[in-house]
Amino acid sequence: MKNFQGQTLSWSLKDGIVELALHRQPLNEIGSATLEELEKFVAALDSLSSLAHALIVHSTLKAGFCAGADLRQLYGWIQEYGQSEVARHARQYLERIHAVMSRLDSVPVTTIAAVHGVTFGGGFELALTCDLIIADKMARFCFPELRLGLVPSFGGIPRLKRDLGNAVIRDLLLTGRSFNATKAQQIGLVSQIVSEGEALRAARATAAQMAKFDRTAAASAKRFIKPVPVEELRQEIDIFCELLPRPAVQAGLKKFVESTDAQPYLP
Amino acid sequence: MLTAEKALEEILNLAAAHFKVPREKLSPDDDFFKTLGIDSLQALDLLTKLENHFHVELPDYELQGVSDFRTLASKIQLRL
Repeated sequence: MKNFQGQTLSWSLKDGIVELALHRQPLNEIGSATLEELEKFVAALDSLSSLAHALIVHSTLKAGFCAGADLRQLYGWIQEYGQSEVARHARQYLERIHAVMSRLDSVPVTTIAAVHGVTFGGGFELALTCDLIIADKMARFCFPELRLGLVPSFGGIPRLKRDLGNAVIRDLLLTGRSFNATKAQQIGLVSQIVSEGEALRAARATAAQMAKFDRTAAASAKRFIKPVPVEELRQEIDIFCELLPRPAVQAGLKKFVESTDAQPYLP
Repeated sequence: MLTAEKALEEILNLAAAHFKVPREKLSPDDDFFKTLGIDSLQALDLLTKLENHFHVELPDYELQGVSDFRTLASKIQLRL
């Protein structure tokens, strides 16, 4: 399927570049609907990648790239399944999303995340599956999970450990603070910073450069440079599922989800 | 060195320009969530604008509970 228009995302193949566009309001929160369409996308990737040399992931929403996991859905699961069963349900979900992320991570074409605005949590983790991150200067990154008593669970920690130094990772995770594109480039996460609204254009220009390279060589280099951290990804799911059923998490999610303040609860 | 008053003036100008609000409608002690009509995500946009402009990093936990321009300016001043 060369082109697809879904409820949460769409993709197209043109001139050897696959573009995956996220467009779920309000900010591309990744819940079951997005996961199902991401699964469709990775199922189509085998045939798409044989016709392409690059993949660009971006958002069509003005507010940003992606706010991360759908916390309302997560809170709903706790209410629906209870503290004894929610971890089992979450594990099934996480194994599906990890399969998607690992497939994106290892697809044998060069992948580029073109990000702007909010790039938080699971959205940040999605960007981390890509080979390059191109950010507009208003992009903002964050792993806020510890602020709610959890850890990132879409593969963020192992991919950060693969890509960055441990002191930087401790800063990102243990403070839960957000940081801008300049900082992200300083620590080695972001490849290029561009003007507001220019990330997709820059990603397309970079993807066009990839077209000049031998595809087999590019795929071999990527396989050598960027191994998927399989064992640590499994450990991340275990840690998340241990933390999730605790009453403190439920209380934090409840405050966050039910907040109507201009500044929602996020300690 | 940039004075607190100068920093405050620059913040008000940046906020007015970014959110397309007449500058004269903004005052130092305004609740910027209300005056600008913004939510927490748009406030992050303002934070990014200010960090880029002043070349500082402002950890968002230092801004929890901050909702007026004057206090925001004082937080920036401490990082210059």
